[in-house]
Amino acid sequence: MDIVGNVLPQVLKDEATEDKGEMARLQSFVGAIAVADLVKTTLGPKGMDKILKPTGPGQEMTHITVTNDGATILKSMYVENPAAKILIEISKTQDEEVGDGTTTVAVLAGELLREGEKLIQKRIHPQHVIAGWRIARDVALKRLRDISTENDINSQEFHDDLVKIARTTLSSKLITSDRDYFADLCVKAVLRLKGSSNLDYIQIIKLPGGTIRDSYLDDGFILKKQITIGCKRRIENAKILVANTAMDYDKIKIYGTKVKVNSMDKVAEIEAAEKEKMKHKVDKILKYQPTVFVNRQLIYNYPEQLLADSGITVIEHADFEGMERVAAATGAEILSTFDAPERSQQVLGHCDLIEEIMIGEEKMIKFTGCKKNEACTIVLRGASTHILDEVDRSIHDALCVLITTVKNKRVVWGGGNSEMQMAAACEEEAKKVQGKQAFAIEAFGRALRQIPTIICDNGGYDSAELIQNFKVELQKGNYTCGLNMTDGTIGNMSELGVKECLRVKEQALMAASEAAELIMRVDDIVKCAPRKRERA
Amino acid sequence: MSLAFDDYGRPYIILRDQGQKKRMKGLEAYKSNILAAKAVANTLSSSLGPKGMDKMLVSPDGDVSVTNDGATIVEKMEIQHPTAKLLVELSQSQDAEIGDGTTGVVVLAGKLLEQALTLLDKGIHPLKISDGFDRACDVAIKHLETISEEIDIQANEHEALIQAACTALGSKVVSKRKRELGKIAVTAVLDVADLARRDVNLDLIKIQTKTGGSVEDTRLISGILIDKDMSHPQMPKEVNDARICLLTCPFEPPKPKTKHNINISSAEDYKKLYQQEQQYFVDMVKLVKASGANIALCQWGFDDEANHLLLQNELPAVRWVSGTDVELIAMATGARIIPRFQEITPEKLGKAGCVKEVQFGTSNERMLVIENCQCTKAVTILIRGGSQMIVDEAKRSIHDAICVIRNLIKDNRIVYGGGSAELACAIQVLQYADEVSSVEQYAIRSFADALEGIPCCLADNCGLNPITSVAQAKSRQLKENNPRIGIDCMELGTTDMKEQRIYETLSSKKQQIQLATQVVKMILKIDDVIAPDDY
Repeated sequence: MDIVGNVLPQVLKDEATEDKGEMARLQSFVGAIAVADLVKTTLGPKGMDKILKPTGPGQEMTHITVTNDGATILKSMYVENPAAKILIEISKTQDEEVGDGTTTVAVLAGELLREGEKLIQKRIHPQHVIAGWRIARDVALKRLRDISTENDINSQEFHDDLVKIARTTLSSKLITSDRDYFADLCVKAVLRLKGSSNLDYIQIIKLPGGTIRDSYLDDGFILKKQITIGCKRRIENAKILVANTAMDYDKIKIYGTKVKVNSMDKVAEIEAAEKEKMKHKVDKILKYQPTVFVNRQLIYNYPEQLLADSGITVIEHADFEGMERVAAATGAEILSTFDAPERSQQVLGHCDLIEEIMIGEEKMIKFTGCKKNEACTIVLRGASTHILDEVDRSIHDALCVLITTVKNKRVVWGGGNSEMQMAAACEEEAKKVQGKQAFAIEAFGRALRQIPTIICDNGGYDSAELIQNFKVELQKGNYTCGLNMTDGTIGNMSELGVKECLRVKEQALMAASEAAELIMRVDDIVKCAPRKRERA
Repeated sequence: MSLAFDDYGRPYIILRDQGQKKRMKGLEAYKSNILAAKAVANTLSSSLGPKGMDKMLVSPDGDVSVTNDGATIVEKMEIQHPTAKLLVELSQSQDAEIGDGTTGVVVLAGKLLEQALTLLDKGIHPLKISDGFDRACDVAIKHLETISEEIDIQANEHEALIQAACTALGSKVVSKRKRELGKIAVTAVLDVADLARRDVNLDLIKIQTKTGGSVEDTRLISGILIDKDMSHPQMPKEVNDARICLLTCPFEPPKPKTKHNINISSAEDYKKLYQQEQQYFVDMVKLVKASGANIALCQWGFDDEANHLLLQNELPAVRWVSGTDVELIAMATGARIIPRFQEITPEKLGKAGCVKEVQFGTSNERMLVIENCQCTKAVTILIRGGSQMIVDEAKRSIHDAICVIRNLIKDNRIVYGGGSAELACAIQVLQYADEVSSVEQYAIRSFADALEGIPCCLADNCGLNPITSVAQAKSRQLKENNPRIGIDCMELGTTDMKEQRIYETLSSKKQQIQLATQVVKMILKIDDVIAPDDY
């Protein structure tokens, strides 16, 4: 019924709901802030981890995940609130785009909305809030770009910067105690890519056992496969043929073929023909004169034996990624037909040594001294698969950030420095702007300042005092100061060597403000009736 | 449903399952219909104008979209009420015909229905009301044409077009970057427009979305972007001076459509078949190569062996290109789509300056760009944004802007926005009302009131006092005889929309008023609703 007592006809479907105005806004604020609060405690070097337990029958205690990575936490959560979904979405995008800062972006968006809610309570129209935020965002972005520095890609300083950035990224993760070691490892891996941004070429192999310290970067390239029985286990100066071809039995691909015979003899004949066809194929492969044959698909015993007889080492079942990496590392071409042995020089890959090695309890194949040295392998060791998974995610974050840095080259100081500087810029701007927007600009600054505040709180320090001191230091013109999270003081970031990648900060700022604006503009939420599912 | 009984107490059965159906008739039906339609219009009314708000819509599967676009909102609300559904269709037909103003048309229909409700209460017959609305509509349209102005779309680097695009984008979440996006949209449309015929084929503008970055990173690519990569990882990533062979047949052994069996009855047959099969691939590649093509785009898949042969013959290829992309590429590069390998000839190849792979972000996703096409007729707008919702909304907004520009190229007459055109029409309709001597006079007058509802709603959304600001604007229009006085939504200090440069197309405004009137007439004609009970 409406206000005057008319019975309103039902317009939407039965289970659909519609919230308007304040109710809608309240709903989105509550949802978004709740999600941000949830991941807030993982922020910073003293942030805590979360256990994620899958739902569903029979899997309660299996496959649990322990993680500190915002994107992983948010991705695995099932939320119903639409505004919360937007936050999860930006965190995912951040992960895809730059790989790190996934928690920061969700927390920043949440804090912006928290400030926005206060402004709405003061009866400031959402559109005015948005107008202010837009000014603030541009100011903050300008300041962020101004304070960033750039070094030449080949210089020692740049290399040092990379190590520092990797250290900063890793410091909030499980492996923080070994961060120097891993930072070095990641930087070496990324520098080997020589500017290419294809993370596929860095393979991460996880093997339970040993301690985290036993992890290492292998110069060569490791394939997690075994050499077929009966072949040589060590090949020097190998010529490698990488293939993607059927070596089980060669199906006839012409549609509608069918074998129809009228006597046993014929069967034998066809069998022989089939065998001969395979032999023919093997012969053709042999003309290339490889010493190692890697195939993506299964190899049946017969061709395998033929190849082994000719002294060729056979590796079967290399999955698609593995095969691409072998091809990239050794400079081989991936073959599917074998009719041009004269091109053998061009298509064969080359490496100095192939040998079977044991890591932990698993046998693997190691390629050393490859022709094109782009691909490399990081072998991770650790006490349990959960630890390994988390280390893998951390290393992935670090690698992503490093690759982004190599592309973008600009860096900023870490330890909350960039956020505080941006906040200061917003506050200066707020003094100059006329109208209600000024409140929103100030609020934007406060939201930015919340990031270092939360980092302090997570470390158990007195955030109010520290952040105030921080502000004063910046005011004095000490532009390299930042939070020293080991001592709980304000330290000098250039001495502590805490640096961060500009692109990560930029993306976080943009995505968070865009998402906050999107949520702020909503004054009506319509939820359609959920689709009825047939129970299986 | 009420039952009628004969003298012996037996019910008359008129409809099948009569007892289980609901029926509303007469005034009750009118009112119920109007209220339902108004409920939809009310939801949309807060989205109107530059300071309008967005709606968050959760689909039955739990997907979230946030939008300001009227047609999208009503579509995704999944409305079930039959009369309210008419408004959904109203918004969609505005979208299909004009592309912009989809919110305005629903709001106007809502205002008209509101007026109709009071007239019904006065006891005026619905048909009289709709007649009156019809006559008023004609007057309004005529007046719109007299106050419209022709603009020079070429002048000042297409400034007028950019302004019109900005007006369309002003109400959306991307309004912060409206100027940049407006420029992109204008350039895109002008690139593909046929100015001599005053026609634009919007199919030639491809809108590709990709999450990541921010809305600023949205850019125009003079060429076609396809979300595919080379079929073999070791094919060259860049082909300059490309001669493109566009295939719609797979690099696979043929599959005749007639049902057939090939029987292998001897080893001889087996070998022959094998050789033949090998020959197929060699021939296919040879045919493509012989035509002089240096890149092949195929709508279908490749066999592994064929794929390698392509690599071996240094012929980069792309597989699984979607059908629409194939057509687009054909138009842009002047290629002919080739359905059989035997029909490849050098003349059928398309030409482009460069085909290359580009990469985004860390997620290792690659796309192909075809640049400098022979007949640069197709362009791509690549939209970026922080999340899927933003990207989707930006796509809808740019579509609106593109439609506005297209309409201006077709018909370069504009009216001014900010509610000024509606106000001017309202004044005209009101004058006309006094000349009518029949009952319709009341309906015509109400029509004017409904038109005034639009500026009222605009002012309301912008946080201004609706009654004062509309009254002020109206009196100034009358006093200064200036139909360009509207509501100062952006608080720029002037109410002259010409100074604010808020341009709307005449065709859109006309269509809005006509469509809204038609739907209202239709709703007013319904006096009986029969529906199953559980509906």
